[in-house]
Amino acid sequence: MGKVLMKGNEAVAEAGIRCGCRHYFGYPITPQNEISAYMAKNMPKVGGLCLQAESEIAAINMVLGAAASGVRAMTSSSSPGISLKSEGLSYIAGCDLPCLVVNVQRGGPGLGGIQAAQSDYYQATKAMGHGDLRLLVYSPSTIQEIVTLTSKSFDTSEKYRVPAMILTDGVIGQMMEAVDFDEMVISTPADKSWASCGHGDQRKKNIINSLYIEPEKLEAVVVARFKRYAEIEKNEVMFEEYMTDDAELIIVSYGITARICKSAVNLARKQNVKVGLFRPISLWPYPSDALLNLAKKDITKHFLVSELNMGQMVDDVKVSTHCLKPVSFYGRTGGMLPAPEEILAEIKKILGGKA
Amino acid sequence: MFKNFIIITGHYGSGKTNIAVNLAMTLRQSNKNVTIVDMDIVNPYFRMADSKILLERMGIKCIIPEFANTNVDMPALPAEIYSTFNQDGYVIYDVGGDDNGATALSVYKEYFDKCEYDMFCVCNMYRPLTADPLDAVALLRDIEKKSRLKCTGIINNSNIGVETDEKILFNSFEYISEVCRISGLPLIFHSTNLNFFKMQNVTKNIWRLKN
Repeated sequence: MGKVLMKGNEAVAEAGIRCGCRHYFGYPITPQNEISAYMAKNMPKVGGLCLQAESEIAAINMVLGAAASGVRAMTSSSSPGISLKSEGLSYIAGCDLPCLVVNVQRGGPGLGGIQAAQSDYYQATKAMGHGDLRLLVYSPSTIQEIVTLTSKSFDTSEKYRVPAMILTDGVIGQMMEAVDFDEMVISTPADKSWASCGHGDQRKKNIINSLYIEPEKLEAVVVARFKRYAEIEKNEVMFEEYMTDDAELIIVSYGITARICKSAVNLARKQNVKVGLFRPISLWPYPSDALLNLAKKDITKHFLVSELNMGQMVDDVKVSTHCLKPVSFYGRTGGMLPAPEEILAEIKKILGGKA
Repeated sequence: MFKNFIIITGHYGSGKTNIAVNLAMTLRQSNKNVTIVDMDIVNPYFRMADSKILLERMGIKCIIPEFANTNVDMPALPAEIYSTFNQDGYVIYDVGGDDNGATALSVYKEYFDKCEYDMFCVCNMYRPLTADPLDAVALLRDIEKKSRLKCTGIINNSNIGVETDEKILFNSFEYISEVCRISGLPLIFHSTNLNFFKMQNVTKNIWRLKN
C-alpha cells in the first residue's frame, strides 16, 4: 500500500480492522467521529460489524458481550463519552476481558470544549471505573504510532486479559500525517479457551462473570488479577528518551505535548541549553524505573512535566523519582496548546542564569 | 482562465481549504476583487476561519459562518452568501468534505445555474478511500448528486503532507489521468507544497516537529 495520508481517527480505525477487529460499537461525539464514519464505511467490506449504539453505555456493554465471546472488540469516544463508559469498563476488567477503548480527549470537565486536551490522565490511569482495577493505557505521539499501538493494545490486552485504552487527543485524531501500514506488526490473536462462545456439549461451559458474593472468593480473584498486573508492570513498560544523556533538565511529556516538547528540546540545544525529553508511551504501566534512573544521575538537576491539563502527571513523576530532584510543571488546558517557545521560556526560567 | 464563481469540493481531507485559500491569494494578485466563502458545515477543525486575518490583510473578503470557532456549536450558513451572486470579481466557495459536505451547496442551485460557475473536485491518491480512481469518481458523482451541480474539472492535490517529495507527486500523474478519463473532466492543475510551485500550507501546525 505504501505511505498514505490519514487522520489519526481514520488510522486507528484502519489499524483496528487490520488487527482482525470485526466488532466496533460507537456513539458519536466530536472530535472522534471519523472513527465511526470510517468503520461504518469499511467494516461491511470485510464482513465486520460497525454498530451505532443508542448510547455510550450501550456501546461499552456491547463490547463486553462481544469480548466475552472471544472476538476482538473495540469502541471509541471522547472525554464526556468515556465517563459514561466507566461502569462498563469496570465490568469488563472484573470479567477479565480484553478489548480496546480509544479516548480522543477534548477539554473538560463537563461538556468542556471540542479542542484537544489531556485532562483525562487521572481517569485513564487511576480511576477508570470502580473497584481495584487497572487498564493498559497507551499514548501515541504520531499517527504512525497510533497504528503501532493499536496492534500492541490488542495483543497485550489479550495476553493478560486486561482491557486496553489508547489515550489520545483531538489534535492527533484530527491532524493528517503520512502513515505506512506495511510497518504494522499483526500477530495472531491469543488462545481464548475461556471464551463463552458455544461448545455443543464438547467441553465444560465457560462463565464470564464479575459478581462474587463470597468475600473470600472475590479477594482471591482480585489478588490473582493483581499478580497479572505485576507481570504487566515488569514486562510491558514503553517509553522514549530523547537527548537525556547529558541533560540537566528533563522534560517529561506524552502524546501530542511530547511532540511540541521535542521541538522545544531542539530549540534549547541550538542555544547550548542541555535539555532532554522523557516520553512515557505506556501511561500504565508507568515507566517509573527509567525515570528513577534519570533522577539518580548527578547531571540531572530538574524535571519539568508538560501536558494539556493542570498537572495530572506531576505526582507520578515525583513518586517515580522518589523526589530526588525538583519537579516543576508547565501546561495549557481547555483546548489550548503550548508553543515550543513557551516551553523554552519555562526551561530558561527554571535553569535561571545558566541559560 | 477561470469562471468568476469557483466551487472547491472533494473528499474529506483532500486539501480543499488549502486549495481554496491558495487560489484566492493567487487570483487576488490580478487585482480583481476576490471573495472566499467558508461553506464547511462538516468539520469544526482546520477551517478557513483560521486564515481569516491573513486573507483580509491581502484584501480578500471572507464570508465565514457566524458561529465558526465560537461557543455556539451550530453549522449555520450566513445569509450573506446570497450577496456573492451579484458581485464583481472572483468568488471561491470552500465546501465541506464528501457528498455530506456538498449538501450545503444544493440550497444555492438556482443561483449557480443563473451564473457561470466552475466546480472543481480535489483529488489526493494518497487518501485511502479515494486511492482507486473508480472510488474517486464515484464520490465525485455523489457530490454532484447531493449538490445538484455539475463538476467541471479535477485538481490533483496528491500528497502525504510534509513528507511529500517529487516522487510522491510524479507517481500520482497516472492516477489523476485515470480520474479525468473515467469522469470525462479536464485536469485543471496539479498542486504541491514542493518548492518549485510555492504552495503555502495554512493548516495550524504548532505540533509539527521543528529541527
